[in-house]
Amino acid sequence: MVTFENVGLRYDLGPEVLRDLTFSIAPHSFQFLTGPSGAGKTSLLRLLFLALRPTRGLVTLFGHDTSTLGRDALSTMRRRIGIVFQDFRLLDHMTTYENVALPFRVMGRAEASYRAEVVELLQWVGLGEKMDALPPVLSGGEKQRAAIARAVIARPQLLLADEPTGNVDPSLAQRLLRLFVELNKSGTSVVIATHDIALMDQFDARRLVLHDGRVHVYD
Amino acid sequence: MSMTEDGATPARPRRGWRVWRLRRREGAGRQPAPIVPKNTIAGRALIAVVAIMTFLAALTTGAVMLVRDTANAWQSEIAREATVQVRPAGGRDIEADVRTAAALVRATPGVSEARAYSRAESAALLEPWLGEGAKLADLPVPRLIVVRTAPDWVVDFAEMRRALTAQVPVASLDDHRSWIERMRRVTRATVLGGILVLGLVIAATVLSVAFATRGAMAANRPIVEVLHFIGARNSYIAGQFQRHFLDLGLKGGLLGGGAALLVFVMADLLGGWLLDPDALREVSAMFGGASIGPWGYAMVMLQVACIAAVTAATSRRTVTRTLDELR
Repeated sequence: MVTFENVGLRYDLGPEVLRDLTFSIAPHSFQFLTGPSGAGKTSLLRLLFLALRPTRGLVTLFGHDTSTLGRDALSTMRRRIGIVFQDFRLLDHMTTYENVALPFRVMGRAEASYRAEVVELLQWVGLGEKMDALPPVLSGGEKQRAAIARAVIARPQLLLADEPTGNVDPSLAQRLLRLFVELNKSGTSVVIATHDIALMDQFDARRLVLHDGRVHVYD
Repeated sequence: MSMTEDGATPARPRRGWRVWRLRRREGAGRQPAPIVPKNTIAGRALIAVVAIMTFLAALTTGAVMLVRDTANAWQSEIAREATVQVRPAGGRDIEADVRTAAALVRATPGVSEARAYSRAESAALLEPWLGEGAKLADLPVPRLIVVRTAPDWVVDFAEMRRALTAQVPVASLDDHRSWIERMRRVTRATVLGGILVLGLVIAATVLSVAFATRGAMAANRPIVEVLHFIGARNSYIAGQFQRHFLDLGLKGGLLGGGAALLVFVMADLLGGWLLDPDALREVSAMFGGASIGPWGYAMVMLQVACIAAVTAATSRRTVTRTLDELR
């Protein structure tokens, strides 16, 4: 599904922050991406969701060399990827329902075709009562769940989550982890970037450990 | 507006229009929130900037058009007049010379009116310089014939001058040619100056609107990023922002342009109310009216459309640049 071959990344003329990354992410797989703060987890996630171009190497996503894809093809590719941002990035002027339904809306689908699906997912993540609330009145955990719901509503093949449990208490972190595991069981490949060792210890999964700009894979 | 089950219109909530609209959105069959938020501080500030700059640009446009119309009116007034002067000469009957000259002028094609000033009227013209008690009968006072030509008619003044010289040697024709040339130069310089000022105002308008739009767009960068990362095509994102900013530009432009048009209409009406008819005629003759006419209104509306287009185009460029930075 995703293959990195000798990928390197540098910002402008600075030193390489990621070097010689060679790994792959298989369909239906579950992995943690971890490493010390500043190791480049977020940079690697940004490479994965096509927000950055590698300075060298080859990134293949869903069988396509990403360096050869045009803008529209990249947009189409991003629709197959769900992203949970560390800072949620919910749009404050939209209700929870509208935020979660946004991926369908930008695809140009009519509301009637997805309303039931969005409502069902919101109920599943425990936000059924908060559908009409605006993000500024949601708690951190609720925002996190809304962000996750937005990332998974269009049934992406790959889910990327950047520190999804960084802003929630341990019990909610456990619930969110269960949510990701459920998604994985339904066929989505999951990559969770975290440095929360306690969280990783709760679920036996592959680990991609970033250290000194290189990735070490522990299957 | 939605109705209750018994058909009554629900009472409007006390907490204001925005809360009422939000509740409507939250109710069944709601309209989804726009992709780009409305009624933001940055959006309102942009409307204010567009309105102020459009107002100034429209005022300048109107002023340039008024100056041009007034200058053209002056020029055309002078161009439509000529003066024949009949000098008294020994052994000649000045009254007969005046009659002959007036008949000759009237017979020239394109002349609509030729009015010979009587002796008394000629004396009245000299009164401010010589006083009421002067014995004008003893003075060799020349007599004037004021010639008015028909509009849209080119009178052959050279032929008229030749005929006058042949039949009334003591008559001379002044067709105001040198005045007209001077007027033409002054008019051209005034209008060119006005156009230069208008160009500067329009340039300032475009720049300030473009910068204000970029400022307002900066507040929307997180929205662009979210849309981009959830897979929205660039054309979709750019289209959303372009529509929103075109809307803001039109609102601001119509406010500013409308206010400027109101100023011209009010100035026109107030002139009629505040001045008596004679004074109004004098002021109109000197400075023209305050009405900018259909072309003036069309120009102001064109400016409104152009400024709104600048706002929309700048937002589109800013979105495109932001998306380029994002990859």
